[in-house]
Amino acid sequence: MDKELKILKYSDLSKLIERFRSKGFPVLAPVQKGKVIEIEPVDTLDTIALDVLLSTQSAKKAAFPKVEKVLEYTLEKAAVKQTAIDPNAYAETILFGVRPCDASGFKSLDAIFGEAPSDAFYLNKKEKTTIISFSCPTADDYCFCTSVGGGPGYTAGSDIQFTAISKDELLVEILTEKGKKLSGLFNDLLTDASPSIDKEKFLADVKVVFDLDKVISNTTAAFNSAELWLDQSLRCIGCGACAFVCPTCACFDFQDEQNTKKGVRLRLWDSCGFSLFTLHTSGHNPREVQSQRWRQRIMHKFSYMPEQLKVLGCEGCGRCSRACPVDMNIKEHLTSIALQ
Amino acid sequence: MNELINKVTKLLNDKTIDAFIGYGQGSTDRVRAIFARTVEQASKLIYTPACTFNLSGYLLKHEVKHLGKLGILANVAALRSIMQLASEFQIKDGEVYILFVNDDASLTEFSDFQSIEAFLEKANIDITPDEKARIEKIEAMSVSERWEFWNKEFEKCIKCYACRAACPMCYCHRCTTDVNQPQWIPVASHERGNLDYHLMRAMHLAGRCINCGECANACPMDIPLNLLTYQLIDPIKTGFGATAGMKADAVYALSTFKPDDKENFII
Amino acid sequence: MEQQNIYQPYLMEIEKITEEAPMVKTFRLKFTNEEEANNFSFRTGQFGEYSVFGEGEVTFCVASPHTRKGYIECTFRQVGRVTSELASLQEGDTIGFRGPYGNIFPIDEWKGKNLLFIAGGIALPPMRSVIWTCLDLRDQFKDITILYGARSVDDLVYKHELEEWKNRPDVNLVLTVDPGGETPGWKGEVGFVPTILDKIKPVSENTIAIVCGPPVMIKFSFPVLEKYGFTDEQVYTTLENRMKCGLGKCGRCNVGKVFVCKDGPVFTRTQLKQLPDEY
Repeated sequence: MDKELKILKYSDLSKLIERFRSKGFPVLAPVQKGKVIEIEPVDTLDTIALDVLLSTQSAKKAAFPKVEKVLEYTLEKAAVKQTAIDPNAYAETILFGVRPCDASGFKSLDAIFGEAPSDAFYLNKKEKTTIISFSCPTADDYCFCTSVGGGPGYTAGSDIQFTAISKDELLVEILTEKGKKLSGLFNDLLTDASPSIDKEKFLADVKVVFDLDKVISNTTAAFNSAELWLDQSLRCIGCGACAFVCPTCACFDFQDEQNTKKGVRLRLWDSCGFSLFTLHTSGHNPREVQSQRWRQRIMHKFSYMPEQLKVLGCEGCGRCSRACPVDMNIKEHLTSIALQ
Repeated sequence: MNELINKVTKLLNDKTIDAFIGYGQGSTDRVRAIFARTVEQASKLIYTPACTFNLSGYLLKHEVKHLGKLGILANVAALRSIMQLASEFQIKDGEVYILFVNDDASLTEFSDFQSIEAFLEKANIDITPDEKARIEKIEAMSVSERWEFWNKEFEKCIKCYACRAACPMCYCHRCTTDVNQPQWIPVASHERGNLDYHLMRAMHLAGRCINCGECANACPMDIPLNLLTYQLIDPIKTGFGATAGMKADAVYALSTFKPDDKENFII
Repeated sequence: MEQQNIYQPYLMEIEKITEEAPMVKTFRLKFTNEEEANNFSFRTGQFGEYSVFGEGEVTFCVASPHTRKGYIECTFRQVGRVTSELASLQEGDTIGFRGPYGNIFPIDEWKGKNLLFIAGGIALPPMRSVIWTCLDLRDQFKDITILYGARSVDDLVYKHELEEWKNRPDVNLVLTVDPGGETPGWKGEVGFVPTILDKIKPVSENTIAIVCGPPVMIKFSFPVLEKYGFTDEQVYTTLENRMKCGLGKCGRCNVGKVFVCKDGPVFTRTQLKQLPDEY
């Protein structure tokens, strides 16, 4: 659909949350908890951290939670009885106050989970989630969205996007049918926006730091450059922080948990950075050392995914670098790859 | 800084070492570990007040070990880690070239473990006043309040294992949490999985943790994990007279029976 | 829109257990649900995820041929968590099965050709499926040679079937065991598979070679095939990376731009050469 431009008074923003909640829609939004900003269910606007740069974790957990039941069963004598989990049992949810990179991060997940045979656990949650993003008035040194095709006012993936255009007013871009439907709940609070509003003026200035085409072609070509990957990853300690905060990382594990009568099969986040990820039972490990696992992370996002799924595995949010305990800075590494 | 660079340059040139683990400029306001294998890389070494983290964990990283003979810039925490690792047979005397920057910016090189032990008698690692206040608050809690406090902290855990990866003492090739026959610790990052993992890790660090705080620094979810292990230092000291990371030939208190061990834990 | 849970396994009953070798067993599995049984079909080369509820899933190829309907078989060695639990199960017990997944051996394209099967150790099971499929369609192929090696005589799996193949006039079976693995009465070859492959001087003309075994066996068998004139298009193998979902989503078996589970597990050597060495 053609996007619609509206104005909302900042003072009316709290009414939106009230109305969503009174309709019974869960609202997920960033909440400041100590030094960490979590995306959590909220009831009122004042609990939402709207002024923060970014939440610590990405918004992916709204559709791809860290722990999720995919099977339930009971054990009766020698027989097993399965209870199918209804992947469709998920309430219409509103993801509110996230950043454009969070919204667009779902593109990669859509591609992975949507490829046939599609994963209904993810797809249903995603389909039932309406995303209201807030464009970015500020950025930091870790941000590089503009280098990977996004930007502080990027709208792909968002159903509605808000941009603060003054102390009192928000520009409202209604971008999708889903967004249009949801806006029905607060149409009365909206006024028409002048088409001459220059949204760009209110956005952070995020400089393009590398040539994406170069990164893609050089990454592909650099597979056998063992020195490059070793140089970049000597300080990498092989934890999963980067993958777990990433909006596009989708690798997962299954684990069973049960008592004597019943059990569940859980789907859990996993990471290619862990040495156990690829370890065969025989003891053979196809990716034996950390530099190979680091290479996999970069290759998957910048070479394999663009080729397999026609989508990049990175939104340039920089969360991995902020979360990294040993300062692996992906923007810096990609810049050096682009200059190879 | 120049003294450090000159020294490392010399060590690399005369082949005393093949690589030096030190600090370099990181992203914006951060410093990071660098691995100087050439004179050019050595020129990037820095030593600033921000260079506080413990580099000793890298001494056991497979690919770092493969660089050849290693030198390291060790702070007090790293020296203590090295002593503890030595007592656990992970590092041999003379295997690593160890440098220390004194308060007056001069360098001390430790020729052997004995000299480190002598030095450590005078050095100390303490937690920050802020951490001290938090510990006092935790210790003033009732058992059930403490249980609630830690469960609330562990709720944030996403099981990225950054704490384990950052800890110089977590060098096991197969951590208990990764053992699946039997599956001691639930893999999932849910309430029990998180609790079991952190309690297991804390127990395995009792009497081994030298309080460098890297676990808490590493945590992307800001869980004060060092406070948990910190609280286990004192019981080991009063119970067994042992402090981790002071002696290269120390025996591990919790795996060594002595006839005069206190048995006051037996009810 | 009603959507399926793609991770929900079929329930299968263990109909028959055969002890193949120390720690190696074959399960014959049949569907507990008749409708599922009727709708199920697979082609040789494909694999599945077998569940022991409470322990998890494990990946094996289907070891029975697609020419035989009504059941599937899997052969496994007791090594890890799930296989240890599997090994403790009895006939009549229930396990889960998801599949069939992955691509197939293009046996239709092999009509009128000689087939050379080269297998080592516990890698005979994936090969057994395609061997029996081809034997069930015997008149479509020319000479069939099977070279199979294991660490010791004890470790050879499918001993009854090896006996059967040995006695068939239309199969040339060569068995070998690693040096030191022979028994006093052993009549087969002694030596590693690549060595024996060289010894039997395979004819490459109009022949397809299918290689499956431990990575080191594969690595050393390829140059021997090359020596006898096999082109990369004439050589097939099936890879087994660690897997969880089997559907190209969980990321585990990713090698270069392919997922072994989705784009494999069957690859020609031409395809293999385009992959990075991460299997």
